[in-house]
Amino acid sequence: MTETLPPARILHAGDAAFVIELGETVDPAINDRILALDARLREAALPGVTELVPTYRSLLVHFDPDAVDGLELLKRLRGLDLEHPGEAPAGRAWTVPVCYGGEHGVDLEEVAERHGLTVEEAVRLHAGGTYRVYMIGFAPGFAYLGGLDQRLHTPRRVNPRLKTPAGSVSIGGIQAAISSVEAPSGWHLLGQTPVRAFDPEREPPFLFAAGDTVRFRPIDAAEFAALAARAADGDPLIRPEPASEHAS
Amino acid sequence: MSDRLLVRAPGPLATLQDAGRRGYQRLGVSGSGPMDRLAHEAANRMTGNQPGTVALEFALGGLVLEVAAERARLAFAGGAFELKVDDKPMPWWSCVTVHRGQMVRIGRAQAGVWGYVAIAGGLALPAQLGSYATHTLSRLGGIEGRPLRAGDALALAEPEPSPHPDLMLPDPPPARDVIRAVPGPQDDYFTPAGLAAFFGEGYRVSAQADRMGYRLEGPQVEHAKGFNIVSDGTVAGSVQVPGMGTPIVLMADRQTTGGYPKIATVIGADLPALAQIAPGGRLRFQSVSFEQALEARRVMRRWLDRLADRLEPLRTGADLDPARLLGLNLIGGVTAGDPLREGLVP
Repeated sequence: MTETLPPARILHAGDAAFVIELGETVDPAINDRILALDARLREAALPGVTELVPTYRSLLVHFDPDAVDGLELLKRLRGLDLEHPGEAPAGRAWTVPVCYGGEHGVDLEEVAERHGLTVEEAVRLHAGGTYRVYMIGFAPGFAYLGGLDQRLHTPRRVNPRLKTPAGSVSIGGIQAAISSVEAPSGWHLLGQTPVRAFDPEREPPFLFAAGDTVRFRPIDAAEFAALAARAADGDPLIRPEPASEHAS
Repeated sequence: MSDRLLVRAPGPLATLQDAGRRGYQRLGVSGSGPMDRLAHEAANRMTGNQPGTVALEFALGGLVLEVAAERARLAFAGGAFELKVDDKPMPWWSCVTVHRGQMVRIGRAQAGVWGYVAIAGGLALPAQLGSYATHTLSRLGGIEGRPLRAGDALALAEPEPSPHPDLMLPDPPPARDVIRAVPGPQDDYFTPAGLAAFFGEGYRVSAQADRMGYRLEGPQVEHAKGFNIVSDGTVAGSVQVPGMGTPIVLMADRQTTGGYPKIATVIGADLPALAQIAPGGRLRFQSVSFEQALEARRVMRRWLDRLADRLEPLRTGADLDPARLLGLNLIGGVTAGDPLREGLVP
């Protein structure tokens, strides 16, 4: 698999950023290389580089054009072995409680019906998966997950909702997500977690990071309410384990 | 009783902004910061502040501030707005000392969209994730992560600035409707006809324009291989083209990642001018190279670095030349002798 990965390309994103693109698809091998490259560039601390944003298939390198000559930086990036960045850092493993269906997951029944599944089967398929966090994007702490069972692949809604609740556990196309703040979304809402993926008043403010793995644990509405109350007091509710815990 | 500025009327979309929130885009947090970085930095420099000090940003005018301090030094920049201290008209793009009980009234925009009020010494505020920049969607920064409201009190970090002459900038940067952009990162997702349309006759800013992005109206841009990409990162100035083929320029409060191909990126030197084009205003994109974009950035930097030398003693009342504001050439085209453009048009 790794041998056939596409070559690295450095693309222009204006006069204060480059995109290092290592592929154009959702692929754990590509994402691993992105996260490895992200780690190498963070260690390298190149002068003028202000921020690195890893995504599914590319690394956005922000720089301060007042602090470094953009052409010099481009030369330095071209001099790196972008295609062999080494090992990606080990991710962490999370088990995330989710209350499925009802007011917490208004699209669950429709999604189940669409795929000829009972609600229980749909929940079992969603909660039975092990997901990879490919990237954090869109909103603070919003986790994009890969690993959704094929039987649940569902095109985005035709009419996106202008508001979906914080903690929404949703699916769109081949992806899944855990949302962090109230936001518009065109994805299907299967459930809700009381876990706050982002809370600026809490230490740490963020829980998930690219490269982590996630599993879901179904909970009922009463447990959701009890956990949500603790989360409101700043309890992160969940703790990470080494990634090997999910490998079984 | 601490020294403060009281917000008597906020006008629309008034927020506090510093240079932006750095280092958290990898965790989904928007960079935020000023829509017009040139004007934000100019306002700070006029007060003697470090660039990037937290300042007020507002849209379209209507901001009224009351001075609740012995004195404060304020600088005004961005677009062109009517300005009065009590009932006395003052030039915009100026720096004045105001005293307890005085009312600073900012009228409607005469040109542009975004205005700035910098405060000598800055404001005393708690930072969130390393920045004072307000991002209302994630409720971060500024005052409780929200736009300013009537009744808000802004505590001055450095009360009673040392006496300083009032100043004005006689030649503020003119409005501009030719906006330079570097093709990419996904220009290969568009047909040659699509690229020609984009860099062709031009666009209007639509009514859907805010701190997140400006949706444009005009020629459709043809995609070559669909309009969905696997999401990657965005920058201020990224021009996304969604399915309907009309571009959206991503601005300060943009989402950190996006799933539409990006045909081009507006250069840092021209993003301030684009931000100042009001809905209905026209613009045309001009393709430039990375090297030309870097040179344009250096020209902008030199202009800012020399700003102090261009300041003149304030003239008010009868001395205030109305032609100065009209000389801003609102959305009228590229002005000869534009200090930010000299020698840059390829």
